[in-house]
Amino acid sequence: MKKTILYDSHVALGAKMAPFGGYSMPIQYSGIIKEHIAAREAAAIFDTCHMGEFLIKGANAAADLEIMLSCPVTPIKTGQCRYGFICNENGGVIDDQILYRMAENEFFMVVNAATEPADFEWLRQHLSAGTRIENLSEQTAKLDLQGPASVKIMQKLFADKIDGMKYYTWMKNHYKNIEMLISRTGYTGEIGFEIYCTNERGKAFWNDCLNLGALPAGLGARDTLRLEMGYPLYGHELDDHTNAAESGFTRAIAADKKFIGSAAVLDPSKKCRLLAAIRLEGRRAARHGDKILDARGRGIGTITSGSFSPSLSCAIALGYTAIEASAIGNQVRIQTDRQELAGQIVELPFYKKATGRMDIKKFL
Amino acid sequence: MTTPTNLKYSKTHEWVKIEGTDATVGITQHAQEALGDITFVDFPKTGTNVKKEGSAGVIESVKAASDIYSPLAGKVAEINEGLETAPESINSDPYGSGWIFKLTNINAAEAAGLMDAAAYDAFVESGK
Repeated sequence: MKKTILYDSHVALGAKMAPFGGYSMPIQYSGIIKEHIAAREAAAIFDTCHMGEFLIKGANAAADLEIMLSCPVTPIKTGQCRYGFICNENGGVIDDQILYRMAENEFFMVVNAATEPADFEWLRQHLSAGTRIENLSEQTAKLDLQGPASVKIMQKLFADKIDGMKYYTWMKNHYKNIEMLISRTGYTGEIGFEIYCTNERGKAFWNDCLNLGALPAGLGARDTLRLEMGYPLYGHELDDHTNAAESGFTRAIAADKKFIGSAAVLDPSKKCRLLAAIRLEGRRAARHGDKILDARGRGIGTITSGSFSPSLSCAIALGYTAIEASAIGNQVRIQTDRQELAGQIVELPFYKKATGRMDIKKFL
Repeated sequence: MTTPTNLKYSKTHEWVKIEGTDATVGITQHAQEALGDITFVDFPKTGTNVKKEGSAGVIESVKAASDIYSPLAGKVAEINEGLETAPESINSDPYGSGWIFKLTNINAAEAAGLMDAAAYDAFVESGK
């Protein structure tokens, strides 16, 4: 089991630790709900050092990545980043990633921890001979500072102004005279930042954020926050057997280009199911693997993620259903181990008040 | 939080307060800490009989669901309705406002097999 550079800090803070993606990771510190609310209303900091980072360079890098990723690559300007899928030939999802354009011929890619070795191998095999890929995962620390109060914390810690940063952009900024990569991205829905630096700087930055009032938050809150936004989690909503088009994340899929898997992803006849968002009537949660039934009790699909929603005070879930059963407003029932739960298919996001896309100046 | 000495404890981390032929049941500080934020309680039905060590409802937290086992046999006389809207009372006050259900018609002799506070503390310590 691997440990991130912050392992000792997690233990000292009394975190409950559990394996995730090959790492011993903090699930919670003070409590999932408290940490969740901190990210929605104040500031929370997450150790995401387990995630993978690659640097891809070369005159053909953009053209190569255009073939490797479901999202458009060429239109990404230096200073921007973009979410997209790495698909296999069948249109299944090898991983979901964020691509940062660092320069005309240089890209920085962030991937999931568990899939990082396979992603690297797949990319290395499929990039053209002149395109170089370097795995920076071991030497790169990644921290997510999220929530409305995160902006002021960032402003205190970094020398250069951040008030011009737009959603899904990045900049190099100086923390204690050291240049670090920061992006206005995250997995919570709230305004916030992902910070990339050396392992040594990561510890100092983590401690500074705690001292400025950010609450340490674990993977438990990370999961409830992303679920309220309807963001997919690899291994739940996405996997190598699930056609990327079925996930419904159309913004991550370019309809007008060829990429590995596009024949299946862009073929409507290959799209049999759709990811549906289900709001349950009560507080009792559906869980991964539970069956979804229609109002008449016929099986129409399977839950991929489910939890109590701290912001909505009811249970919410995501799951794949037959396309004809997936209409917004449809009443469904979820068959759990213990009983049937009533719910309704609703529009995403579940939580409508997230600040992620708002003007950064409102938070300064 | 110190383990109250006026209660008895089961190996499945419930506490029981015995008053004659009546008893109040909840889960321990250790159990609530292990479960994390509690979001839902599925109570046993009032008027039904539960068995000693038999299933008597379910507690759900953000991450998981676990069974509640009755430390004693008896008839369910009352449930803590306050937990329907505020299940987090189990986290904040497991031995007080976080009680879960009350039993009547219990056989106090059955309590002989339960642990006292010192024995329960040692049991929790040994389980680590």
